[in-house]
Amino acid sequence: MYPPAFEYQAPDTLEGALAALAELGDEGRVLAGGQSLIPMMKFHLAAPAHLVDINRISELSYIRRSNGSLCIGALARHNDVVRSDDAKASDVVSSAAPWISDPLVRNRGTVCGSVAHCDPEGDWNSVMLAARAEVMVQGSSGSRRVGIDDFIVSYFTNSLETGEMVTGVCVPIPSGATGGSYMKLERKIGDYATVGVATQLELADDGSIAQAGIGLTAVNYQNTRASAAEDMLAGEMPSDELFAEAAAAAASASDPQTDVRGDADWKRNVVAVFTRRGLAQALASAGS
Amino acid sequence: MQTQTHHKPCTSPEIGGVGHSLRRVEDARFLQGAGNYVDDVNLPGMLHMAILRSPVAHAKLVSIDSSAAMELDGVLAVVTGELMAQHNLAWMPTLSGDTQAVLATDKVRYQGQEVACVIATDRYIAEDALRLIDVDYEELEPITNPQRSLEADAPLIRTDKEDVTDNVSFTWEAGDKDATDAAFAKAAKVVSIETHYPRSHPSPLETCGIVADVHPATGKATIYMTSQAPHAHRTLFALVAGLPEQNIRIISPDIGGGFGNKVPIYPGYVVATAASLLIGLPVKWVESRTENLISTGFGRDYYMTGSLALDDNGRILGLRTDLLADQGAFYSDAQPTKFRAGLFHIVTGSYDFDAAHVTAKGAFTNKAPGGVAYRCSFRVTEASYLIERLIQNAANEIGMDPAEFRRMNFIQPEQFPYTSPTGFVYDSGDYETAMQMAMDMVGYDELRAEQAAAREEGRLMGIGMASFTEVVGAGPAHTYDIAGLKMFDSAELRVHPTGKAILKLGVKTQGQGHETTFAQIVAEELGIPATDIAVMHGDTDNTPYGLGTYASRSTPVGGGATAMVARKLRDKARKIAAHLLEASPEDLDWEPGKFSVKGSPDSSVSIQDIAFAAYTNHPEDEEAGLEGVHYYNPPNMTYPFGTYIVVVDLDPDTGVWTVRRMVAVDDCGVRINPMIVDGQIHGGLTEGFAKANMQWITFDEDGNCIGSNFMDYLVPTAWETPRFELGETVTPSPHHPIGAKGVGESATVGSPAAFVNAVIDALAHLGVTNIDMPVLPDRVWKAIHNA
Amino acid sequence: MQITINVNGTEHTADVEPRRLLVDAIRSDFGLRGTHIGCDTTSCGACTVLVDGVPMKSCTMFAVQADGASVTTVEGLKQGAELSNVQKGFAQEHGLQCGFCTPGMMLVSTALLEENPDPSEDDIRWAISGNICRCTGYVNIVKAVQWAAAQNGGEEG
Repeated sequence: MYPPAFEYQAPDTLEGALAALAELGDEGRVLAGGQSLIPMMKFHLAAPAHLVDINRISELSYIRRSNGSLCIGALARHNDVVRSDDAKASDVVSSAAPWISDPLVRNRGTVCGSVAHCDPEGDWNSVMLAARAEVMVQGSSGSRRVGIDDFIVSYFTNSLETGEMVTGVCVPIPSGATGGSYMKLERKIGDYATVGVATQLELADDGSIAQAGIGLTAVNYQNTRASAAEDMLAGEMPSDELFAEAAAAAASASDPQTDVRGDADWKRNVVAVFTRRGLAQALASAGS
Repeated sequence: MQTQTHHKPCTSPEIGGVGHSLRRVEDARFLQGAGNYVDDVNLPGMLHMAILRSPVAHAKLVSIDSSAAMELDGVLAVVTGELMAQHNLAWMPTLSGDTQAVLATDKVRYQGQEVACVIATDRYIAEDALRLIDVDYEELEPITNPQRSLEADAPLIRTDKEDVTDNVSFTWEAGDKDATDAAFAKAAKVVSIETHYPRSHPSPLETCGIVADVHPATGKATIYMTSQAPHAHRTLFALVAGLPEQNIRIISPDIGGGFGNKVPIYPGYVVATAASLLIGLPVKWVESRTENLISTGFGRDYYMTGSLALDDNGRILGLRTDLLADQGAFYSDAQPTKFRAGLFHIVTGSYDFDAAHVTAKGAFTNKAPGGVAYRCSFRVTEASYLIERLIQNAANEIGMDPAEFRRMNFIQPEQFPYTSPTGFVYDSGDYETAMQMAMDMVGYDELRAEQAAAREEGRLMGIGMASFTEVVGAGPAHTYDIAGLKMFDSAELRVHPTGKAILKLGVKTQGQGHETTFAQIVAEELGIPATDIAVMHGDTDNTPYGLGTYASRSTPVGGGATAMVARKLRDKARKIAAHLLEASPEDLDWEPGKFSVKGSPDSSVSIQDIAFAAYTNHPEDEEAGLEGVHYYNPPNMTYPFGTYIVVVDLDPDTGVWTVRRMVAVDDCGVRINPMIVDGQIHGGLTEGFAKANMQWITFDEDGNCIGSNFMDYLVPTAWETPRFELGETVTPSPHHPIGAKGVGESATVGSPAAFVNAVIDALAHLGVTNIDMPVLPDRVWKAIHNA
Repeated sequence: MQITINVNGTEHTADVEPRRLLVDAIRSDFGLRGTHIGCDTTSCGACTVLVDGVPMKSCTMFAVQADGASVTTVEGLKQGAELSNVQKGFAQEHGLQCGFCTPGMMLVSTALLEENPDPSEDDIRWAISGNICRCTGYVNIVKAVQWAAAQNGGEEG
């Protein structure tokens, strides 16, 4: 399998990349880790006329804590997150990172590339939903921060405008006791999630839940926030019963398809099981 | 035959005969990136081929417009079925007596079928050109399962055959219907199962490929090909293409795994060869993974029913089975001519009873053709799975421990040679010893106690067992052939003046280590150090004729030939030794590596001295040289066996099951190289696990293949693969020259039932009796909820 | 585009289309055929090479992306005239059968031992889980890496 021909440039500054994207308009596409894009090109499911390779823009490879957030640059690889001490500030981020694809793909693929790809079977956007992340977007005319809910538009569709690119993603690190988890049912290393559930719990001083985040993978046409479940949890004291109710609400927020990886009813059940277990794990790590 | 726990080598480590875990001689090249696989072959002026495949499962081929593709720079030719038909090559015979389209002329019959080929200077250009070919299809109803295929109103798939009026590819039966009916009539209990052994694909890591080089001046066709059976392929090339056989040389270089996938001849091979012949330059075609998965030989896809008749005490009285094979669009598996469902009738397994009846039917569907023996001896895998699942369910139904049920029904050691109710003559076996060893290794009684306690706590764990018997090493030439070629095999051996030898084989390794183990057989027989023996194979111009490597036949047949040719040379060596020692041949004693005069051991001559003399000082009444060839026709098949035990833990909330323990006790007779045997078992167990857990190919209702790449066709990594614990018993084959039986497939044959039985065992108390493979977590969860 | 890649210590240059996959440059343009192709979907790892020391799947990178990089392939594993301990370990422990996955397996194992000289069985299985082997069931690959780790430790100690 061989990709169709394309034009190529690899600027070594962000300005250079933005200028190229501005000039190319709809013809241009960013190449980051390429671990999804290149296989899609081999199958001719993607045929960009012009690739702007950002792999030489070393200023984008950061992972850092700043202003109460964990920020991950557009060139940070999945395995950079696995190895990062700063990333440990977010349980939901650090628990998801080792389960992205396989070790070699993690060496090359990027967090932001996955966020921008908006594959509903991708793990990172569920994590970003649970953590209420902001996507840092830049175009030649300026930069903006887009909440993850607004960034994800649909199946493989984000809200970037022509000429814009993702330069990073920032995960707020709450000041209170916070815990999180990512639970993924995959059949083998390298497989996409059959079902994935990201959870985060921020506790108030009295032990009640200040805010909950729940993101669902591979059970809708896009990564989905389980809003009703989150609302049910906020302000309440955590308990097994409460988590079970939230789990049922999360399952109701899913609309999985029956496919070769499993039956829809079962997937919905797994959403509930993982939400319940994930919340329990988040609570345990918030308390520790 | 005496069963031992292991076989002691008769030769010194320096000689390295049978029983020594010699390190492999072939490794040196692979470790340094110096292997030579088909895709590594590059010839001057070589062109590249790419194949346009049908996107639909069943359609009339209306028209092909390749004019735009022809205009692309670098494109030399676009080959269509019409062009192939002009050379009488649009269709080719299969190994099962059917014909298969090389390039479609009338219809396409499965998604992925070959429609046109582009020949270009570069593979990238060839692929670009595919996208410029415009094909007009008129779609027909796709048939995606054999049940629909057999319905009266189903569209006819094989409209190419004038006398065909339905979609039946074959019918076949074995055993004794009346005796079986009688056994069921007097049964106290009948236990039945209905199960589908799903379509799977061998998917060796190296896909299939060819470099065809037909020399325009000499007409000599040199064909580098991923072939498990190069000699048989040469003969078929001669018959199909009408080329003189002496002008065809097939070289099967290093092969990156075969597992049955590289037994058939594929359309791409034929087109590349024809293109090289027509253009006068070498042509390379190497499949993509998707091409491999959607078009080349799959395995299994049997819908099976089976019933066991039991008496009051739980003794088996008889077995009745019926099966329906999903054959795909062409009947192109590779079964021995007399056995349309392969050796499925070994389905009576390790158990002693009088009556069995097997009926089988094959149906054409709009899917890729195949049904190859995927790491299996001609459908033995499906048979072993069916009987071992039935045994588990029968034990459950009568409330007996499955191990005790097996013990009661096993063929006993003193019954060998044992004639099965379907006519096989089992050579040797001791099933209970192997089972007891596996039970002791796993701690069976403790696990049963743990399980009882776990059920009290609502925790689910299961212990599954399979005590398989295989039949490998086809085969006696009076019974077994492929496309008319009798299933003997051959070895040619020459010992040179310095005592170093070259052994040439009719079989062909795909990773099994022939270059090491076959040298060890010669070392055993002649006492020449194995490291002094070079093994050649895979080149039809330089090796004796053979049927190739599949169905675990290399050691039973090619290994037999090797031992026998070495013995021929030893007989001649005795005469030369007698000449050198001035004694009569009968007065000489043999020990590995030398002859000595009886009663005076100091008066001896080494095999190396004898080899030197064979060229410098041979007896006048003998030919010079120390060389021979042997075509070995085995008197019987061999019957490896063993018991596998799997322990699983199961999460009832998600249906996910994980393997806690996997104990495998194998008896493959005498082990030539124990290290390599263990490696074969590890690999086979992994494929068994894969099929039980994740690895299958299915189709949607339009006939689109689901499982067309390694993102959807899941093969396990090191992380999911269980950690195996191996044990062995040794019950030599009484008829094989060195007592060996063949082992490459035992673990794939025997292990799937052990995994499934473990899951069923975990759920049996809930009333669950069957979950088809792959035992996906949603199937488990639903079984629990529907129980 | 003109590219220069240092492969196993030797500079290789080629004029390639941007779409040319790194694995094709290595195999066809540079003539190093020890790196294999097993799938198209970055799933199997037969094409694994080290790019600036990091294991990557060379079928999921364009050759132009490796311009200026240092690449190690299986042909570069030898230490002078001797096989590396990882290579020796694969032979000692029968860590290969058909040999097709072996280059990739040895490269990820080499990178693992650089980072973690004394890996557990879980560490090894995790590290090689981006590479598929259809022959060995991974048992002896794990043992091969353990053998190499022990040997490396012995040499250092």
